[in-house]
Amino acid sequence: MSTNSAVKAAQPPALELEGVSKSFGSVAALVSASLRVEHGSIHALIGENGAGKSTVVKIIAGLYQRDGGTFRYRGEEVNFTNTAQSKDSGIAVIYQEPTLFPDISVTENIFMGRQPTKSLGRVNRTLMRAMVVDLFSQLGVKLDPDRPTRGLSIADQQIVEIAKAISLDARVLIMDEPTAALSGVEVDRLFKVARSLRDEGRAILFISHRFDEVFELCDTVTVMRDGEYIATSAIADTTVAQLVRQMVGRDISTLYPKEVAEIGDDVLVVSKLNEPGRFHDVSFTVRAGEIVALAGLVGAGRSEIAQAIFGVDSYESGSVTVNGTQLRKHDPVAAMRLGLALVPEDRRKQGVILESSVARNITLAIRQSLRKYGLLRAQTENAAASEWASRLEVKTSALDATAGTLSGGNQQKVVLAKWLATNPSVLIVDEPTRGIDVGTKSEVHRALSRLAGNGLAVLMISSELPEVLGMADRVLVVHEGRITAELDRAEATAETVMYAATHRSAVA
Amino acid sequence: MMASPTNILGQSNVFARLGSIGKAREAGILLAFILVVAVTTTKNPNFLFSTDGFRDLLVTPALLMIVAVGQAIVIITRNVDLSVGSVVGLSAYLTGRVFMDMTWLPWPTVFLLGVVFGALLGLINGALVAFAKVPSLVITLGTLYAFRGINVMWTGSKRINASDMPADFLALGTSAWYRIPVITVIAVLVLAIAGWYTYTQRGGRELYAIGSDPDAANLYGLKVRRRVLSAFVISGALAGLAGVLYAARYGTVNSQVGLGLELQSVGAAVIGGVAIFGGSGSVFGAAIGAFLLLTINRALPVLGVDDFWQRAVVGALIIGAIVLDRLAANRQIRRLVALRDLDQQPGDSDSDRDRELPSDNTKAVNNV
Amino acid sequence: MSDAALTSAAPRGYRHHSKPLWRRALFTREIAVFAALVAVYVVAVFSVPNFAAPITITYLLLDVAAILFIALPMTMIIITGEIDLSVASVVGLSSVVFGTMYQAGLPIPLAIAVAIVVGAVAGFINGFLVTVMRLPSLAVTIGTLALFRGLAVGLLGTTAVTGFPATWSDLATSTIPGTPIPSVMILFGALTIVFVWLLHGSSFGRGVFAIGQSSEAARFSGVSVERTKLILFVLSGTVAALAGVYYTLRYGSARGDNATGLELGVIAAVLLGGVSIFGGRGALHGVIAAVLLIGTLASALRLANVTSDVINIITGTLLVASVVSPSFFAWVHEHWTRSRGRRARAAAAHTDATPATTQVDVPTSHNH
Repeated sequence: MSTNSAVKAAQPPALELEGVSKSFGSVAALVSASLRVEHGSIHALIGENGAGKSTVVKIIAGLYQRDGGTFRYRGEEVNFTNTAQSKDSGIAVIYQEPTLFPDISVTENIFMGRQPTKSLGRVNRTLMRAMVVDLFSQLGVKLDPDRPTRGLSIADQQIVEIAKAISLDARVLIMDEPTAALSGVEVDRLFKVARSLRDEGRAILFISHRFDEVFELCDTVTVMRDGEYIATSAIADTTVAQLVRQMVGRDISTLYPKEVAEIGDDVLVVSKLNEPGRFHDVSFTVRAGEIVALAGLVGAGRSEIAQAIFGVDSYESGSVTVNGTQLRKHDPVAAMRLGLALVPEDRRKQGVILESSVARNITLAIRQSLRKYGLLRAQTENAAASEWASRLEVKTSALDATAGTLSGGNQQKVVLAKWLATNPSVLIVDEPTRGIDVGTKSEVHRALSRLAGNGLAVLMISSELPEVLGMADRVLVVHEGRITAELDRAEATAETVMYAATHRSAVA
Repeated sequence: MMASPTNILGQSNVFARLGSIGKAREAGILLAFILVVAVTTTKNPNFLFSTDGFRDLLVTPALLMIVAVGQAIVIITRNVDLSVGSVVGLSAYLTGRVFMDMTWLPWPTVFLLGVVFGALLGLINGALVAFAKVPSLVITLGTLYAFRGINVMWTGSKRINASDMPADFLALGTSAWYRIPVITVIAVLVLAIAGWYTYTQRGGRELYAIGSDPDAANLYGLKVRRRVLSAFVISGALAGLAGVLYAARYGTVNSQVGLGLELQSVGAAVIGGVAIFGGSGSVFGAAIGAFLLLTINRALPVLGVDDFWQRAVVGALIIGAIVLDRLAANRQIRRLVALRDLDQQPGDSDSDRDRELPSDNTKAVNNV
Repeated sequence: MSDAALTSAAPRGYRHHSKPLWRRALFTREIAVFAALVAVYVVAVFSVPNFAAPITITYLLLDVAAILFIALPMTMIIITGEIDLSVASVVGLSSVVFGTMYQAGLPIPLAIAVAIVVGAVAGFINGFLVTVMRLPSLAVTIGTLALFRGLAVGLLGTTAVTGFPATWSDLATSTIPGTPIPSVMILFGALTIVFVWLLHGSSFGRGVFAIGQSSEAARFSGVSVERTKLILFVLSGTVAALAGVYYTLRYGSARGDNATGLELGVIAAVLLGGVSIFGGRGALHGVIAAVLLIGTLASALRLANVTSDVINIITGTLLVASVVSPSFFAWVHEHWTRSRGRRARAAAAHTDATPATTQVDVPTSHNH
């Protein structure tokens, strides 16, 4: 592999984008994106969802073609029209959710399409395997080269992707939110690998939402907003506050408007919930009017707990009680009947039905109660949908527009509307504001706060500390499937929550 | 932390065993085949040891085997070719027709013509699937009808008889090579080439990748369209070959040749361990599946079971095969996930970069 | 608990539809199939001798009745993203069971009941394997296609049960007095009402569409995915059995090979009628029109003395064309908008682009 370590000043940057634009139909995804990534450096690209980061990545990867502007790779203007071209010139992209072939071995995944061959074009399996063993030892990771990739954790799948990039001798690695689904341990391992690749002279473009990671890992940072380039600065010369201002274009302090609400009786009581390999001995209560946050790292088991409570997944032992009635496990219909609602983590897959209309989405969970003499009429559905859409101020051209045409924030409002229409007494929201724009974010926060004020018991899962600290009356911290701390509003600080999120015992 | 070689080896033994499930799958079906032959032969030695018995054992499944190999290649790419039966019929008729109308053509040319014609029909399927992005199930269901319709229209009530075809050509269907029927030799040759291609060639490996995750294959920059197209062309060509051999073996061709072969070939592939949603299995499995399927059919009467029950046995076999595959896959996933959980258990959050398994964990893994 | 008054603003109205009624009603796949049906019918009336005779309609409907029946549950199954290839075998099995029960001396109504129960059980087996064992329905029903057919053939062999009482076979072939419409259409009409209600007018039907569009999101919204699919497979088996009884009485003979291959005709009609093979999209009126379209074509061609098998080519081509045409039009549309977009951008290159939104705030007006 390369030993090029010093970056010569005269050397052209690895990647250089200037005023790149891209539209889809009438929607402009990129207005004017600029970016300059040097060899031997880790460059952060940050911005809110919808800022255009992913579009930039896809243009570099050759998945999309730009409409305008210039794109130079190692000093030369390029026009990639497919992913093979960018790959062949030395650009590797590691996506947030790696796309490996599940039935095929780790080794073949790394070399698919370019396996080393011997006579008669036969794939040289021995050599291929030896190369993989070598790559893994170079990366300092332990992974079996012969196993199929089915069942690998996301972190290990990313390692396979990185190994693939190195085997291609990629000069530029693009990591698109690689840490989103990683535990702390795995993030550390990934960063170690990234640094060693930088020290070999490779350029790394690191896309992230998390400031702590950007400051820990990167040398330079570029901020984008609404498809436009905003600023580039050296990490040493900038601060979180400054980056936030550049990203948001306004101050962030107005974002978390939790109102004081009267706390009532226990509504949701979870007792000794246990499912081996996922979560252990989980007990807590949520009272009427209260917002309880489940904090912790991604992958700590919070969504699993929520899904087990709601009944889409099962659990081995323990009990869930709503308003004094114990729930049958693994039965979401029964849970709904008793007033439980879950706004799930993965909006596009679990929350909203993209192909279905706004009206049908909103009325899906209450479709049975909308029947008259066994007949469900579009008229009735539209009336109910209209009511809930307007309460949540969903922006849509018409009720029969498919949900897929809505923005992420409005899709989330549709999911919220669907569940509020069921008149729940407990609302579980899993990452309620992930991937939605700032304006809608604060609308969602205001809505949750009002709901709690009206006596709803809210259980909120969030990976965003400010959201947790701003919204929650109580914070439960989950680490490796166990609740490691219960903090009330006064006790909960960034430090106490993070400590509990990364340690097995809560004793600080 | 460097990976210690012993660890990789230790783990790889576990996985080698898990990975060998795939091969065990083909071994299992082969064993079932041998068992059927053995049991039937004990009941009636003529089943295997008479000249006719031996010959039938080898020659009857050969045509299905050729078609099933093509079908397996298509299924591995997460597609399906329901038109194979119609392609067999149409190619068989074309072969006979050419013999009748162009008597001056040497028979090997006609032979080749039949195969190329099948490939062309496969190309139609492939082009529609690869470029119109419509599921192959629908496309090939459509061409199943269309090709059969053309066949029926073309044939009408006519039919081609042995007297219409040259003797050299018909000899293909009856002659043997060291007691092994030539048709079987051809089928085994086809299998060997297909097996060699799918196991050792990049293009063959890419078929598996495409079937395992078509979206990922696009991201990888694999030539998905071209591969899927060629899979259909191969399937068509092999169906064409089966059609030509049908004409040679049976000597008469009417408009009903190859009827129902689509389900038999899919059944053979599924019994042989080719996953219906692509990505795994092998042409060898499909070939043995074809042998098992048709041998059971012939064995039932010998075993005293009314041969009207053949299809029921075949159905039970297909369902048994996929149920067993599902159970095995569930076990494998559970094991892989369990291994991952063990693997990810950090000794302590502070020294978490140490990803080495304690030795007792490794043992536990081996004992799972 | 919460009345969830989230906004202080006065509730605003939403347009219920983004397009006016005439466009929603006219520009649909279903209407296109209807138009084709009417066109074929009119052309046939004027160009095919005897086509206009009432008896033609009677026979047309008698011929397609079995397909019409089975297409109803098949539509729902395909909308959930599954498929049932075993329906024709269930027709055969129920025909045989009905025949043997009658032969054994059971009164006809009881024999019918037994046959229908057998069909329901067959559907339950499919549903169980798909929902509880979580096997792909394509593979499962290929297996049960062979299994159920095998049981049917095994039970009766090559014999047939005939000699059903005339009152009953007349019932299957008689017409509604004063019309050319067969009486069996009354049963079909009743079933259609039930299925239209089930799919388009009940909360169960909303769940069916939701499952086909995103089974995971459906599960997270309290749709019992597994139970819904199980019910549909049982319905499919039941209706297929009913069709089997009809088939037996119509042709006066209970045979194991009754209705062989019918499944492909049913599926072709369902897909032609605008149901997406990927699930989530489709409507029953389109499917019924498609069945009638195929039936009308077949009947017209038969009367015109064209080989009846030409219908195969037409069915196949229609099927392929109907699934390829949307991709083709999408492709044309995409190229058109792309070139238009390029021109527009070139024109507005110097002006500031504003991020476009797809959201439009619409003033209060309910558009009923």
